[in-house]
Amino acid sequence: MAIPAAPTLALSNAGRASPTALSRRARILAILGLFIGLLVVWEGAKWLGGDPWRLHGVVLGVPIDYEHFPPLKWRITTDLALPHVWEIAGAFVQPAQRNGPLLIQVLLGNAVFTFGEALVGFAIGATLGLILGIAFTQSRTAERAFVPYVVASQTVPIVAIAPLVVIFLPVGWLAVAIIAAYLTFFPVTMGALRGLRSADPRAVELMRSYAVSPRQILWKLRLPSALPYLFASLRIAASASVVGAIIGELPSGIPYGLGSSILNFKQYYVSGPSKLWATIIVAAMLGLVFVGLVRAVEALVTRGRYRRIET
Amino acid sequence: MTSDASPVVEIRGVGKEFGEAGDRLIALQDIDLTILAGEFVSLIGPSGCGKSTLLRLIGDLTSPTSGTVTVNGRSARQARLGREYGMVFQAPVLMDWRTVQKNVELPLEVMGYDRAQRQARSKAMLELVELGDFGQTHPWQLSGGMQQRVAIARALAFDPKLLLMDEPFGALDEMTRERMNLELMRIWRQTGTTIIFVTHSIPEAVFLSTRVVVMSARPGQISRIVDIDLPQPRTVETREQERYFEHVTTVREALRRHEGGDGRPDDSEILQIRAEGLA
Repeated sequence: MAIPAAPTLALSNAGRASPTALSRRARILAILGLFIGLLVVWEGAKWLGGDPWRLHGVVLGVPIDYEHFPPLKWRITTDLALPHVWEIAGAFVQPAQRNGPLLIQVLLGNAVFTFGEALVGFAIGATLGLILGIAFTQSRTAERAFVPYVVASQTVPIVAIAPLVVIFLPVGWLAVAIIAAYLTFFPVTMGALRGLRSADPRAVELMRSYAVSPRQILWKLRLPSALPYLFASLRIAASASVVGAIIGELPSGIPYGLGSSILNFKQYYVSGPSKLWATIIVAAMLGLVFVGLVRAVEALVTRGRYRRIET
Repeated sequence: MTSDASPVVEIRGVGKEFGEAGDRLIALQDIDLTILAGEFVSLIGPSGCGKSTLLRLIGDLTSPTSGTVTVNGRSARQARLGREYGMVFQAPVLMDWRTVQKNVELPLEVMGYDRAQRQARSKAMLELVELGDFGQTHPWQLSGGMQQRVAIARALAFDPKLLLMDEPFGALDEMTRERMNLELMRIWRQTGTTIIFVTHSIPEAVFLSTRVVVMSARPGQISRIVDIDLPQPRTVETREQERYFEHVTTVREALRRHEGGDGRPDDSEILQIRAEGLA
């Protein structure tokens, strides 16, 4: 009986491996293509409706003198609102302030600081979310009573709550972490709730036939069933925690972090719009890195153990 | 197999009703049945005759409205808490994230067996179902028949006194099913476990069983119990014996006799069909 089944096994293994290798290359190409497409649209808009520019100098011994006058004039494509991509790229390697360190050094240092706050907030929020999710699956009454408040908590604008938390908590970075946790716990609660409920009811019956305790059903059945859902919500939570940390930094007055960079460069926007754009790019990268880390942990924990579910 | 004649399951005057007053469905009525140690008893009948409900009552996954179910002299609930039941459902209900071996070890884990015992037991059980080489694979890498064999190995892992099987081969194709029947016969001979088996298939019930309990629907009752005196061990040749065909005919006629007299459904039957559709 084992002999006819063996080819099935080999087939299913092969079928799982090759599309993964293919889709990875396709994904990298898609990301690169979209990035280039974005640059083309950006510069294309400026070409059509931006400020006039002039190229004047000598390239490879050939004197060049070119002037471009865009046919249209749009407010959002002026050099002040939408700097040229090379201006933004160049801003990274220029000093942030006169005689100071390079902008990229300043931003990376601030990103690390913000990441620390986001990470602490993520840990607090994810733990709280998991505990709430487990509590709600154990008791219908608890779920009915608390879920409306959990949902309501997310409809209150975070920018309204952030200053209050900063006032109540004397430790600046901890206040920021708490604000990040506030945005983090909600998706994790919902993901945990959905995941814990996803356990096969027949498997629950099977566990009952072994006369096991509810705690064993939680550990051996419900939590493992919930893992794919939980990780999907943790990825959302990771990016939310970065947003929460930056918003929390704004009223905190802490002189570090991407929030302080945003405040600072916003104030001097007219003299250097590229610096704010550079900060936005670094903030986006930070979110991507954090989500990537969660993905890596997920791959480590679930590798080969779960049927592949594309999320 | 009937030399050891102590009763394992005793069902006395059992009835089971679902629903509220006014919208009540009688699933089982006046069920009396005694199953002896080492027997292989099949429950067969049309949809809605309550055969699965009867199995679930024995396994204490639901409780009777009236009457008593006794297992080895204890109540069904005590027997469940005493871990006397191995269960196999129509779907294998394996845990994706566990290897085949770890799936078989699941009941042993929750029952507190130590690591060495678990490994020895799971190895022996996987060899019993001829999956000795597949311990480290995951369930989703196996075919349906193989998955169901893992489920059987898991059900037998803690050496339960009673194996309850609810249409375990219902989702398999005919050829796999016949092969699984032979497998199950071998396992039954090797372990000596008492087996109660719910099925839709007359040939399957006759081939496997020492007794076939024929049930009728509306309300669910036992209409006839057919002793299958085919010689043991049952093999491929068993299905070619004249005696086998006679038993198949007997069971088929017992089933037909209770299929609503004049063939015209009355109101209560229509109601019943709707209730089933909802369930």
